[in-house]
Amino acid sequence: MSTATANSAASPAVSGLDYDDTALTLALPGSSSAADRNKRAADHDDKPPSPKARAVGWPPVRTYRRNALRDDEAKLVKVAVDGAPYLRKVDLAAHDGYAALLRALHAMFASCLHADGAARKLVDAATGAEYVPTYEDKDGDWMLVGDVPFKMFVDSCKRIRLMKSSEAVNLSPRTSLR
Amino acid sequence: MGRGGSRASPAAAAPPWHALPDEVWEHAFSFLPADSDRGAAAASCRSWLRAERRSRRRLAVANCYAASPQDAVDRFPSVRAVEVKGKPHFADFGLVPPAWGAAAAPWVEAAADGWPLLEELSFKRMVVTDDCLEIIAASFRNFQVLRLVSCEGFSTAGLSAIASGCRNLRELDLQENEIEDCSIQWLNLFPESFTSLVTLNFSCLEGDVNITVLDRLVTRCHNLKTLKLNNAIPLDKLANLLRKAPQIVELGTGKFSADYHLDLFLKLESAFSGCKSLRRLSGAWDAVPEYLPAFYCVCEGLTSLNLSYATVRGPELIKFIGRCKNLQLLWVMDLIEDRGLAVVASSCNKLQELRVFPSAPFDAAEQVSLTERGLVDVSASCPMLESVLYFCRRMTNEALITIAKNRPNFTCFRLCILEPHTPDYITHQPLDVGFSAIVESCKGLRRLSVSGLLTDNVFKSIGAHADRLEMLSIAFAGNSDLGLHYILSGCKSLKKLEIRDCPFGDKPLLANAAKLETMRSLWMSSCSLTLGACRQLARKMPRLSVEVMNYSRGACPLDSLTDESPIETIYVYRTIAGPRSDTPACVQIV
Repeated sequence: MSTATANSAASPAVSGLDYDDTALTLALPGSSSAADRNKRAADHDDKPPSPKARAVGWPPVRTYRRNALRDDEAKLVKVAVDGAPYLRKVDLAAHDGYAALLRALHAMFASCLHADGAARKLVDAATGAEYVPTYEDKDGDWMLVGDVPFKMFVDSCKRIRLMKSSEAVNLSPRTSLR
Repeated sequence: MGRGGSRASPAAAAPPWHALPDEVWEHAFSFLPADSDRGAAAASCRSWLRAERRSRRRLAVANCYAASPQDAVDRFPSVRAVEVKGKPHFADFGLVPPAWGAAAAPWVEAAADGWPLLEELSFKRMVVTDDCLEIIAASFRNFQVLRLVSCEGFSTAGLSAIASGCRNLRELDLQENEIEDCSIQWLNLFPESFTSLVTLNFSCLEGDVNITVLDRLVTRCHNLKTLKLNNAIPLDKLANLLRKAPQIVELGTGKFSADYHLDLFLKLESAFSGCKSLRRLSGAWDAVPEYLPAFYCVCEGLTSLNLSYATVRGPELIKFIGRCKNLQLLWVMDLIEDRGLAVVASSCNKLQELRVFPSAPFDAAEQVSLTERGLVDVSASCPMLESVLYFCRRMTNEALITIAKNRPNFTCFRLCILEPHTPDYITHQPLDVGFSAIVESCKGLRRLSVSGLLTDNVFKSIGAHADRLEMLSIAFAGNSDLGLHYILSGCKSLKKLEIRDCPFGDKPLLANAAKLETMRSLWMSSCSLTLGACRQLARKMPRLSVEVMNYSRGACPLDSLTDESPIETIYVYRTIAGPRSDTPACVQIV
């Protein structure tokens, strides 16, 4: 969780989901995450937030209200975690790419799952179970998140499910673009 | 009551008062309005304890972990109405991990077993599953009221169980829940013979409802007083529904938006003119302002208006509100601006509660002209105003002093200046003086939220003056341990304290450990606490549960961490149930 520094009164809040980096980040398929991995290795304490980072949960507006007030350009989809009766919503339109989206997913469930960046997985620290982000597309098929260009994903994603790795083996990436 | 100890005429003497049968005491206790009074009576002697607990009909459990469900059932065997609250308040803002706990299942199971005559069940900030709803539908033959507020974990499948199973249901009140839509037409499952509904609120449900089924339900439930629709109901269907339920007292219109058509306007106007009993109005209005005059006929009668999800603005909005001369409650967006609040001040003299919500909380660029001026005007002209929640971007000490002088009758004052550490925008001073004026003047203040630039001084005032304060919320304030010490060593009536992002450390917490047992709960996140202090606190106070949540470390077992390790978040609460066993990995009990 980020804390605003005492002198942050001068800098205006930045809009959009911009969670402060905790020590863990997720990597994209094919992209280099060496820098992230090194940063993770070096960081053991919470580092001070960047000046423009907004504190989590501030201002104190209920999540329900926050979701209800998004403008119509928003693309809100539900995010479910296998085995847990929790539902969260994420605004796909508020993120400019998979990296930002995965960060947001991680932040939503970070307290219970921590990220294994290299393998693009989230791990439940208590049980060791691994979760893979998947989504249901317009045709009702379940796909792995990250296999198609982001814009295409945003258009066709109906809902997201953090699926247990063991079940996700049956998913295959799309082999052709439509 | 009988004259105790009289020996004058044994035959005619009434029994000594302390030997009166339980039924007499039970009857006497039924006149005690507050649970705390009943609790005090029960604590005075065994016979009163027995009489009180056996006759208790309503039970409010403010923290689901303060006692076990079995404790509650054992102690109060005749309860008919229960309310249970779960997650800490800051869960509303995403500060509590989703798997934290607050499962309703243990309460539902204990109730099904021990309170078969239960009629009312209310859960707030808890995880309620479809299983829970099925058990409720199957277990209580006279079940009448289900109220779920800010809950999650259930779907329309669970609602189907309620609809089909609860023959005597009077109220189904779903407020701001996260409900999974399984595309089950749950409304269809109310049997044709079912006519007892008085309250139906499904405003938080996403997804479509069958309008024909809803129409039939509304038509046959002649006692329907409260109807709150969701976004799926279009305007012309709203008009039809109102015709079928002209006796309606409370209406939530759902998404009120459509292109302007004269015939639809006239239809709505006509439908509303038939609703002579309408007193409370709410809805998510992307309302085209041209439709607002359709409501003019009900304005005079309205006592409660919730436009806090309405993005309508401008002169039409202000004209509309200005006609509501009997408003007691107004919830609105900051789109009303100062000039709109000036009209509220002059028109709505019976106003008791005002809430102004931010329309663009994360966008500093979007400037709406709502300042301290609006609040000053309303508090100057509305003599009955006692509860305020106000989001704004600037404030001055002078304004707060004026407000305090005009309205010493505040019971709830929550001011949220959107940007942390914002000082008085004219003098650039901290807002200590302003908030001090509030607590010094408003002797009956029960709830307070402070914001803006604040030093330890404000907490000195609060600790010293806020004798009736029960709930205090603090964020980005104070400069040292002293701030927290002032609060914990003062504030005689404090029950709930929630703090985030303040430089408060271990010392005041440990120095005031005993205070925590007189309170319901304490939340501190992003402060300066260490694990060692938590351990000490837990050792010193065995009847407190000290929960530690450390996000960035994941589920690192506490045993491996040193006393000096910093702690992200603690949640401390008194409990007679001992440490709970359902914590997720990220939450550990010290």
